Amino acid sequence: MSDLQTFREETRDWLETNCPPEMRKPGDICWGGRNPSFSHPDQEIWLEKMGDKGWTCPTWPKEYGGGGLSYEENKILQEEMSAIGARSALGSFGIWMLGPALLEFASHEQKLEHIPNIVKGKIWWCQGYSEPGSGSDLASLSTKAVLEGDEYVVNGQKIWTSNANYADMIFCLVRTGPQDPKHEGISFLLIDMDQPGVEVKPIKLISGKSPFCETFFTNAKAPKENLIGTLNEGWTIAKRLLQHERSMISGMGLGSGNSGQKSKTSALAQLGKKYAGSNKENKLSDSILRTKIAKHDLNSRAFGLTLQRMGEEMKSGGPSATASISKYYGTEQNKSRYELMLEAMGTNALGWEGEPFSAEELAITRDWLRTKGNSIEGGTSEVQLNVISKRVLNLPDK
Amino acid sequence: MSLLLNEEQQFLKDTAKEFLQKNAPISHFRDLRDSKDENGYSKEIWKKMAELGWAGILVSEKYGGSEFGMMGLGGILEETGRTLVPSPLFSTALIGVSFLELAGTENQKNEYLPKMASGDLTTAFALEEGPRHSPVNVSTQAKRKGKDYIINGHKTFVLDGHSADVLIVAARTSGETHDEGGITLFLIDKNTNGLNIERTHMVDSRNSSEIYFKDVVVNEGSILGAPDTGYPVIEEVLERAQIGLSSEMLGSALEAFERTLEYLKERKQFGSVIGSFQALQHRAAIMFTELELTKSAVVGALNAVDENSNDRARFASLAKFKAGETLHLVSNEAVQMHGGIGVTDEFDIGFFLKRSRVAEQIFGSSDYHIDRYATLSEY
Repeated sequence: MSDLQTFREETRDWLETNCPPEMRKPGDICWGGRNPSFSHPDQEIWLEKMGDKGWTCPTWPKEYGGGGLSYEENKILQEEMSAIGARSALGSFGIWMLGPALLEFASHEQKLEHIPNIVKGKIWWCQGYSEPGSGSDLASLSTKAVLEGDEYVVNGQKIWTSNANYADMIFCLVRTGPQDPKHEGISFLLIDMDQPGVEVKPIKLISGKSPFCETFFTNAKAPKENLIGTLNEGWTIAKRLLQHERSMISGMGLGSGNSGQKSKTSALAQLGKKYAGSNKENKLSDSILRTKIAKHDLNSRAFGLTLQRMGEEMKSGGPSATASISKYYGTEQNKSRYELMLEAMGTNALGWEGEPFSAEELAITRDWLRTKGNSIEGGTSEVQLNVISKRVLNLPDK
Repeated sequence: MSLLLNEEQQFLKDTAKEFLQKNAPISHFRDLRDSKDENGYSKEIWKKMAELGWAGILVSEKYGGSEFGMMGLGGILEETGRTLVPSPLFSTALIGVSFLELAGTENQKNEYLPKMASGDLTTAFALEEGPRHSPVNVSTQAKRKGKDYIINGHKTFVLDGHSADVLIVAARTSGETHDEGGITLFLIDKNTNGLNIERTHMVDSRNSSEIYFKDVVVNEGSILGAPDTGYPVIEEVLERAQIGLSSEMLGSALEAFERTLEYLKERKQFGSVIGSFQALQHRAAIMFTELELTKSAVVGALNAVDENSNDRARFASLAKFKAGETLHLVSNEAVQMHGGIGVTDEFDIGFFLKRSRVAEQIFGSSDYHIDRYATLSEY
């Protein structure tokens, strides 16, 4: 038996023994934190078991609490988890964004301090990048950090901070070299949210929900050990982390893909049939909608294969400029999927609250509105196309 | 499954690129067109291709082939798409060989496959009877008479039909037009009495023909597979053909795109290279993204054939849909972004536009495959 085959069997056995029944059903994913909330007791057990094994971050080094798995082993783990319908034990910006950047840029001491806590879900991280005057032109940011003795004193405002009202810590881009050109003079700083100098105000979106906040810093403090990488060279980390963010967001474009699903029919096409009906040959009755859905499904499939192929190509390297392709395409696909859901459901997808709409229908309406942010957050689609033009295709500025 | 070429496959592809750039660049295709070459391809180049082993890639080792599979052939087809070189590679090495391998009797395999693998015998697949692809639209009749069949009818858009030694013909032995049952495949020598083959001149200057059958008599021994049950074989071969053609189309799209990208970096207007204009940059970036998706769809489909995936049918439609959409987009944008010279005959970029539209129609347009994908996905 090959090593991988042995690993597969051991993994299968371990999951069988340790994954609690409730965690084998679809449902919400725990975000951890200093005061974590669990929607079911099994969620806490699952997080603890997976965290101890390092399998919340399967490919991170064991030295820092990760699973230490190879690319192939991780693939097996994911396959075995999906075979029993196991949910992720933990989701967080620490896993998707900060952790990979720390592994690349932080000192050994900083890694020891922060990475095990990410793996075990002990800290809820949020991201402080955008500012009211610095959206697409992120590098023009003006939140200031000044070193006074052993700590940085931070003043300024961040916006679009995801879940800042729940977060324990924020990884932040701050200006430390005000005289330098805009891409220089930026540093990457970790700041504790639990202090008087930090204030948070949720922003209500068109969906009626408030997943983002404004975050205000008034003489907020951070120990100087919390500066990651080199002073005034945070932009390098920022760009790298954005690639991780873009890879994370792009996964949404897979929504109606089929791989691993039992039914040949995508969820989107099933929805189409449910609302628009089928004819005698079991085809979606609205032939124009059927065509649009099939085209969407085909593109989702090609996109899923592209993520897989890029994953294989980058086995050892980490995300590259291809992150822009997947961010651009994934978010556009996700938006188009929701538009098609609305088209299929007619006025049933246009309720705001109450009867006669089902909870599922109301959720789709709100989620549709939320998707409009997908191609804005983490760099707009237009910014992604700029990145592809300049970095991948080497098209000139002048 | 892996979506990357292995060392052997990558080597084949690299060799193909080098060979074609040197021996059959686009100027070679232009020469064939301008000289109104009788065969529409160079027998000399085909012989060299066969010597490189390309004709026998799908042929079993015991019949003189290499069994390198569709992943091997796909890489080569992609490179042929870059230089637009016409050759029997598609009709013979992919389609003809697949028919013999999948449905041939031991005798037929012994008779044909070694000659096909060595490049000494070429085939053409006579299927279509109308201007839009339909594998069930078969009304050409083959009537049984003793141990013979008498064939009457008309086939259109037969790729390589005028130059092939042997025709593989889908004819109806029972049932009605549009029935899947009742279709029989025949191997017919080009010199058989009653065959009238007329070369067609298409916009892409490649090779196809009209074939008329008037009381063509063939022996029952020329049936490929079994009578009345040709359809499943046709389907499987068509899927391979759709996937292989998608590789070629990907190559054409990549070449047209790269040529356009170079032009964007050279051409100056308003004091700047036009590639610095955001209106063009974003369109280039969108094309690049679509090309990346097409690469994945194509390699996934090639792999599905080699691994005998139970989802091969949908992969074939995925590849042909995506290759069609992308080559359509890129060939249009390539002409537009080249401006005035893009619409001149002297400049090569227009060749890709012409080839695109023909390739899009071969064995089903993108629209055809959207419908097929939905049907296969049970909606």
